[in-house]
Amino acid sequence: MAVMTYREALNDALREEMQRDPDVFLMGEEVAQYDGAYKVSKGLLAEFGDRRVVDSPISELGFGGLCVGAAMAGLRPVVEFMTFNFAFLAIDQVINSAAKMLYMSDGQFPIPIVFRGPTGAALQLSAQHSQACETYYAHAPGVKLVTPATPADAKGLLKAAIRDNDPVAFMEGELLYNFKGEVPDDDDFVIPLGVAELKREGGDVSIITHGKMVHVALQAANKLAKDGIDADVLDLRSIRPLDVDAILRTVKKTNRAVYVEEGWAFVGVGAQIVATIQEEAFDHLDAPVVRVTQADVPMPYAKNLEIMAKPSADRVVDACNKVLYR
Amino acid sequence: MAQTRTRKGKGGKAGSPKGGPFDVHGVSPELALELLREMLKYRRFEEKAEEAYAIGKIGGFCHLHIGQEGAAAGCIKPLSDSDYVITAYRDHTQAMAKGVSPNAVMAELFGRAEGVSGGKGGSMHMFDKSVRFMGGHGIVGGQVPLATGIAFRIKYHDENDVVVCFMGDAAVNQGGFHEALNMAAIWELPAIFVVENNRYGMGTAFRRVSLTDMVEKSSPYGIPASRVNGQDVLATYAHFRDLVAEVRGGGGPRFVDVETYRFRGHSMSDPVSGTYRSKEEVERETHEEDPIAILRDHLFAGGHLDQKGLEEMDTEARETAQEAFELADASPMPGPEALYAHVWAEINPNGRLCFDGRGESPWR
Ligand SMILES: Cc1ncc(C[n+]2csc(CCOP(=O)(O)OP(=O)(O)O)c2C)c(N)n1
Ligand SMILES: [Mg+2]
Repeated sequence: MAVMTYREALNDALREEMQRDPDVFLMGEEVAQYDGAYKVSKGLLAEFGDRRVVDSPISELGFGGLCVGAAMAGLRPVVEFMTFNFAFLAIDQVINSAAKMLYMSDGQFPIPIVFRGPTGAALQLSAQHSQACETYYAHAPGVKLVTPATPADAKGLLKAAIRDNDPVAFMEGELLYNFKGEVPDDDDFVIPLGVAELKREGGDVSIITHGKMVHVALQAANKLAKDGIDADVLDLRSIRPLDVDAILRTVKKTNRAVYVEEGWAFVGVGAQIVATIQEEAFDHLDAPVVRVTQADVPMPYAKNLEIMAKPSADRVVDACNKVLYR
Repeated sequence: MAQTRTRKGKGGKAGSPKGGPFDVHGVSPELALELLREMLKYRRFEEKAEEAYAIGKIGGFCHLHIGQEGAAAGCIKPLSDSDYVITAYRDHTQAMAKGVSPNAVMAELFGRAEGVSGGKGGSMHMFDKSVRFMGGHGIVGGQVPLATGIAFRIKYHDENDVVVCFMGDAAVNQGGFHEALNMAAIWELPAIFVVENNRYGMGTAFRRVSLTDMVEKSSPYGIPASRVNGQDVLATYAHFRDLVAEVRGGGGPRFVDVETYRFRGHSMSDPVSGTYRSKEEVERETHEEDPIAILRDHLFAGGHLDQKGLEEMDTEARETAQEAFELADASPMPGPEALYAHVWAEINPNGRLCFDGRGESPWR
């Protein structure tokens, strides 16, 4: 095991997959000469050259679509969106082209492509730069959605995403890039998509979550532990494919569940999780499932308002107490 | 918002003109002095913001306009109060040039209730309807179609205003830019599209992402283009004075390549120089192409300003910035009720709008 940052883990995954398959290339704004806006692609230009590490103009729709076309014709693009906020300009090509191509062509054109970049809020970046974008991508059949929370997951899941033959939206977190953790040394360390992980084991309540919120959930679990409440923290790791078995396992064990997500509640990822739980484990529930999300407002800039708007460990604790009728 | 917003500087105080004829592009010495005063105000303001950012008073992304003051002063000064200005996220000085008070801009940077956007927008999102400053916009190129829509309204109501739309050089590679220019052209809308061409995006030189010259970008749509040296504020002013008159007269849209240079890093968290531009280049540009120094020397040479006059002007600019800092610092944070304010313009009597399950929203 080596200790590395989330950023380094992603960088390793990209490097290894580019070494492994000459058809894998990286395109995006500032990915080459600048080593990436968040330095995820550091050193890749030097190693692979500008044929495979390509600086694009600020043309999200253009290079997003270009890469879908390249995938149709047999390449395996990794598209870096500086953040998923800017991918709204490209989402037409993700949904209308990438997600549907295989189906429309009766299986002739798989689209092995990864769209990756940070999602969600960082600190005081205001309304247009702080959006959790999972829902937009999870909604459409044909796109897979992966949200690693730790360096090990970042590495193993990115490798899996690049090897996958479908479009994968791979959502990172700006505030996660410096997060350190242990990563297996094995250079073929691949975490299959669709396998959730219990990041903490308890038995009293299930906190189910994904992405950056895993850390908020763990903080909440630690607070609850001081109060004698032991929580399961289940990290979905991928939203599609969704590890329904793991969700049902924890819910059947604790009979109480809270879903935590960074984005808005309305038609959010949690809405699907709650629906799945009540469809498949209704009889096991001792309380309605409660969701903890961003306030139902665009992200404000002011520090105090931003703190109010974001989901927090305290809100998760409150939600757990609610499902525990405490 | 309790701020008083004054349009344009006070004019004709420090360093009042006394020299010989001053015949640059038909700009009077008084006006030249006023442009200098404004640019100094912007420079000292941005330096103060830089200072405030360093001590954590300002958060998030903060893009300074230092080096590009000539574009704000020169392009906006010829406008009338009812004309519109819209720009990207590098928006502090454009807001002030259109008439927002430095106090309201600084308070916004601090995320305070008295900020021009109530503290909810921050550095990238200054908005002031009362002076027709239509915002700072964070998505590269996003403001260009919006500007076209504002111009559409002007024509729709047969009004006499114009809209000036600023963008960075990197924005011209967005599809929306091209779509918007085409529509502005076919419907002959009163818009002036201005590229503040500082040669770089974040860390990408324009020449690496475009084979054609900036001034050619509007030609596919039949929009007349021109180029002006944005570090020469008098030339910029005169150019825009003429353009605004043409567009106001029904001449249709225009496209202008305003050549300028960013003296700082892309945002507060980016290096000033690096792989994309050398330290030497930045030093050279900073020394030789400073719009404030260029105008100052011009006024010195013409005998319209002396060192003492300049110092008075600079002191005034520093005081304005310091006052803005102090007022912002003393301004309260937005109250908790601001969190849910202005999500919707109308709360319908039927149905539920808010879905965060928190029970704190006043309009569920
Ligand atoms: C659609 C979109 N893509 C990427 C970004 C990130 N970004 C912000 S500013 C910038 C560079 C823009 O450069 P330019 O247009 O030349 O303006 P300047 O910063 O030089 O004023 C980039 C890539 C963004 N805000 N929006
Ligand atoms: Mg630029």
